[in-house]
Amino acid sequence: MSTFLGLPRAVDTSQLRGRPFPEAARAAVADPQLRRNLGDATATIRAKRARVVGEVPDWESLRAAGAAIKDHTLANLDSLLLQLEAAVTARGGTVHWARDSAEANRIVTELVRATGADEVVKVKSMATQEIGLNEALEAAGIAAWETDLAELIVQLGHDKPSHILVPAIHRNRAEIREIFLREMGAVGLPAPADLTDSPPALAEAARRHLRQKFLSARVAISGANFAVAATGTLSVVESEGNGRMCLTLPPTLITVMGIEKLVPTWQDLEVFLQLLPRSSTGERMNPYTSMWSGAVEGQDFHLVLLDNGRTAVLGDPSGRSALRCIRCSACLNVCPVYERTGGHAYGSVYPGPIGAVLSPQLTGPELNATLPYASSLCGACYDVCPVAIDIPTMLVHLRAQVPHPAPERAVMRAAAYAMGSPRRWAATRSASRAGRLLGGRRGRIRSLPPPLSGWTASRDLPVPPAEGFRDWWTRTHGSPPPATPPPAAGGDGAGAA
Amino acid sequence: MRIALFLTCLVDAVVPAAGRATVEVLERLGHEVVFPPGQTCCGQMHVNTGYPAEALPLVRRHVETFEPYEVVVAPSGSCVGSVRHQHAALARAAGDAELAARAAAVAARTYELSELLVDVLGLTDVGASYPHRVTYHPTCHSLRLLRVGDRPLRLLRAVRGLDLVELPGAEECCGFGGTFAVKNADTSTAMLADKMRAVLDTRAEVCAAGDSSCLLHIGGGLSRLRTGVRTVHLAEILASREGVA
Repeated sequence: MSTFLGLPRAVDTSQLRGRPFPEAARAAVADPQLRRNLGDATATIRAKRARVVGEVPDWESLRAAGAAIKDHTLANLDSLLLQLEAAVTARGGTVHWARDSAEANRIVTELVRATGADEVVKVKSMATQEIGLNEALEAAGIAAWETDLAELIVQLGHDKPSHILVPAIHRNRAEIREIFLREMGAVGLPAPADLTDSPPALAEAARRHLRQKFLSARVAISGANFAVAATGTLSVVESEGNGRMCLTLPPTLITVMGIEKLVPTWQDLEVFLQLLPRSSTGERMNPYTSMWSGAVEGQDFHLVLLDNGRTAVLGDPSGRSALRCIRCSACLNVCPVYERTGGHAYGSVYPGPIGAVLSPQLTGPELNATLPYASSLCGACYDVCPVAIDIPTMLVHLRAQVPHPAPERAVMRAAAYAMGSPRRWAATRSASRAGRLLGGRRGRIRSLPPPLSGWTASRDLPVPPAEGFRDWWTRTHGSPPPATPPPAAGGDGAGAA
Repeated sequence: MRIALFLTCLVDAVVPAAGRATVEVLERLGHEVVFPPGQTCCGQMHVNTGYPAEALPLVRRHVETFEPYEVVVAPSGSCVGSVRHQHAALARAAGDAELAARAAAVAARTYELSELLVDVLGLTDVGASYPHRVTYHPTCHSLRLLRVGDRPLRLLRAVRGLDLVELPGAEECCGFGGTFAVKNADTSTAMLADKMRAVLDTRAEVCAAGDSSCLLHIGGGLSRLRTGVRTVHLAEILASREGVA
């Protein structure tokens, strides 16, 4: 249970945090098959994205426009959400407001129960993963079927998604074939016994299995990539057509959407429908972009607006730009940490660099203390982000908010003290030259005590040289000049060496 | 030109050769180098590990130490990145607008070595000679915080006898990341393994970079595996003369 910090936070954080990152990462890094699957897949998507982004001459302007629209939206979220509610209601839909996971799950469960259905089809929605909707429905005796191919693989494998866009990125074709053969029959149409692991054969097995679900389901649950406040239009952007089947076939449609998914006007979509497909799948245009405003004739439509910690994120000027995120996953595909560990190591439905800043903000940083450190701050995520979220700076900001281990705090304070004056710093360096005693053969230190043993587990350290820089300088250039030469501006003579 | 050397704490404590080489290159080019002894550390380690309060006095010290100089140079993209992107922001966040303004002024006069040589001094040929097969790792902070681009490569291409070979996946992080290398040692090591494989694929004798921190990491791994490949700071190559390798 999180501490109340003055603004609403997610009450149930079970889908947003897991084991400490270094611990979970250790297992992932030790799995060669996983690393190969991830390395191949991210390299392919990375190259595709770079190619199609390179084709757009005004990409940087588009990116700036995307960031500006989202910032404007976040600054006016209160009035825009009311505008959205009014527009959806005017077009025959019903809007529900959910403060947290529990409220959202209760609303959706009651809506499904009211129809008398005991199964629903779903089109990929991160918001419903975030709140653990499938588990909540199952507890109420309602089966939820994922219809996105990758989500289906994950669900049938009793697994968790490990990528925002390619949830089964950690699986290869042979593993998928096995999952289909083993699991499909138990929950619907079985896979053909002679199933091969060729992509068309796997896709065909999934298509037949899913078609039966689409045709029998009376309720669909979707997410939304965008919502247009002015017209009450919702939009789902997907590649396989499964979304369109969910959105149009069942008589009841329930959409669960984070409150930040808004754009003010229809025209604003044009920016994002260019930014999103190129950044995510490396395509110039998205294959299936579905849009609907309110309820279609003969359909019952409900929109659940989910806060679940977002207002708290909005309250932090240094963190709120994480809410610009359009879930394209470009940051995952370029992140060297994600590439080695995969998404499960992040312990949250939001993996990768954006997850490392979003999850701790949604749960409160004290409940996700290792995620802000799950980055080398290389900055590749910032460079590819289509809405220019400065993830590295935000990670550093969050690192200042998490509780620090006592030994680390002691080391950092001692280092700051030593570096606080040149005299103390010089003394430390003399002591560090005593490190020469640790030097083994060839002037290399091969083992250090904890916490520095993390370094020497795989790396040598050079033995500090006999003559330090300052000694060399004095020998070759004579005595150093006064610590502060005659002031050009305000310096007040900070301690002589 | 009178140039103040911002040595960086890592070079000071562990790899003074990079500092000496920086002085040698600039003096050979006819410039006066001054070493302000009040300097200790820019505070990046504290900021990036989540200790901004501990970093603030270091930022103040850095600003006071380098404020009197017209041009400041450091043999590190990462530390210059910290001066340029963190110092003023940190002071502002602490409510010290005056320090923020002074930090921004110092940052505007602080250059990474390749920036100083190419942009300020207008040089690509510094008269060096280094007859070795060399590959260059651009380092993330030089690449993305400072956008030094191909400046280091232009400097290396002008070095007599140097055979520059392209590093596959050059722009990928080596896995150092400051305290990341210790806090997430397993992931850091996995990143290092791929970087080392790329270095070895080039068959270079030397892997060079403009940041001693990344070199310490890559070099520490190469040494552990006894590959025989050396890591050398860009400044050391630029300081080399014929007959002195």
